[in-house]
Amino acid sequence: MRRQRLGDTLFRAVTRGFAFFVLLLLGAVIASLAAGSIPAFRAFGLGFLFSESWNPVKDTFGALPAIYGTLITSFIAMVLAVPLAFGVAIFLTELCPPLLRRPIGTLIELLAAIPSIIYGIWGLFVLAPMLQSTLQPALIGSLGQIPFFGALFAGPPLGLGILTASVILAVMVLPFIASVSRDVFLTVPVLLRESAYGMGATTAEVIRNIIIPHSRVGIVGGVMLGLGRALGETMAVTFVIGNAHRIKASLLAPGTTISATLANEFTEAVGKLYTSSLIALGLILFVITLIVLSLANYMLWRMGSQDGA
Amino acid sequence: MDSLLYGRRRATNFIVLSLSFAATAAGLLVLFLILWSLLRNGVPALGADLFTQNTPPPGSRGGLLNAIYGSLVMTVAATLIGTPVGILCGTFLAEFSRSSRLAMAVRFINDILLSAPSIVIGLFVYVVMVVPMGHFSAWAGSVALAIIVVPVVVRTSENMLSLVPASLREAAFALGTPQWKVVTMVVYRAALQGMLTGVLLAVARIAGETAPLLFTALNNQFWSTDMNNSMANLPVVIFQFALSPYADWQQLAWGGALLITLSILSLNIVARLLASWSSFGK
Repeated sequence: MRRQRLGDTLFRAVTRGFAFFVLLLLGAVIASLAAGSIPAFRAFGLGFLFSESWNPVKDTFGALPAIYGTLITSFIAMVLAVPLAFGVAIFLTELCPPLLRRPIGTLIELLAAIPSIIYGIWGLFVLAPMLQSTLQPALIGSLGQIPFFGALFAGPPLGLGILTASVILAVMVLPFIASVSRDVFLTVPVLLRESAYGMGATTAEVIRNIIIPHSRVGIVGGVMLGLGRALGETMAVTFVIGNAHRIKASLLAPGTTISATLANEFTEAVGKLYTSSLIALGLILFVITLIVLSLANYMLWRMGSQDGA
Repeated sequence: MDSLLYGRRRATNFIVLSLSFAATAAGLLVLFLILWSLLRNGVPALGADLFTQNTPPPGSRGGLLNAIYGSLVMTVAATLIGTPVGILCGTFLAEFSRSSRLAMAVRFINDILLSAPSIVIGLFVYVVMVVPMGHFSAWAGSVALAIIVVPVVVRTSENMLSLVPASLREAAFALGTPQWKVVTMVVYRAALQGMLTGVLLAVARIAGETAPLLFTALNNQFWSTDMNNSMANLPVVIFQFALSPYADWQQLAWGGALLITLSILSLNIVARLLASWSSFGK
């Protein structure tokens, strides 16, 4: 009897220990990156965040081009992916014949299972040449001719660049946003939905007036989750962004992101300051995604407790 | 007047539904485009050489044997390290402390780790393992991958354990069984299929991970079974070969990409089938 009780205490203590381990893991990641980036912040101060120069030869480093690239690619990716993801979620919940729901839902989710590196190699050899010969000349020819606004689409169609990276990112986050939105749409009480249909509302009206208002918080959570993924995505972006530490107005120009800079330069970085600057970039990326993902999870959690009530 | 209104509402409805149909079609089209280019470029690279030769210097014949071996070994090691940690943490959340403050915090942090950028995990392991040890190693690579396994397994094992009916536990308790025996011999057994699904999904997740291996396992041109040394692995080889200017290296990269994708997609499908057979699954 006593031995069994000891077993209970021990088992409980062990599982609790591993729960603490998960908590500590996050703290350890932040602490180790912060420690590693001290030399960089000591040398450049907060100016590190706002400096545009990235010159390993002269040992001066600034994070701005990488931060800009990370934010702009993720932003464009969200602009492209969010409407598509809603379309998919609406199709799966409202339009799709029940028999096809599972298979089509699974196929869309398989898009999320394909690893980043596969998107990268596909983007480099298939998508980039395709965009270079079709979409990019068309953009330059039409939107690129508008004064001011046209600066976004100036320059030669290189294939590789900010825009191509954003398109790849959009495809990669699409399944995440779509599956969260679908799950959230399904939490709308059948009673509400059926009442609206009973009053003669069309499917589009049910979506606009019943489903979207009811699931707003969850939708925003899903979008933030997708954004969190897009910000940290590495390999696919590294293949197609062109890796240039410059900030150009044109979306067709090559750029870089934090993760692409790390993937490209870390193993070749010589010197303490270079390595430390790269670790500091990693810290910045981690802090940004941490904030975005915390908000996302908070919203999804609120959504979850709301329909439990 | 009414017919005009009806017409407009029907037209709006038609447009919204067509757009949502088009969005789904676009998503599926991209999936098929990717699979199609993988097959078209990857199948010619498949052959006996791919599985029997090591990665070649540019311009000569070779295969991916060392990379396939490295990927397998590191994936297995990472799964063996990460799974017990994940299951025990999931057990704590589902069995001992469903709504305590600690449990809420762990759940929140775990969900963040689930989507945290994998390249940062690689950087973390570089700082805490590679730098102190003084060299890149397959162990460091495995640990980095294990850190990615943990949150996936925590999430699925907690969910699966929570699905086990309380009456099963109560029946066992009524016989005077201590809790650790109830959990390990009754609840685990009932949730086995579901937890296995979680592990398979975790394996599928790390099988193609590249970013955390770049600074930990690095790469190795040669055959190596030394876990304390840098080790070749498929994702990093694909990265290096695809970006090279040599046609035969690019060919091998496509072959490797096809291998990885096929294994990941089949792992995913097996996991899903397993989940739908599971006794308490949805």
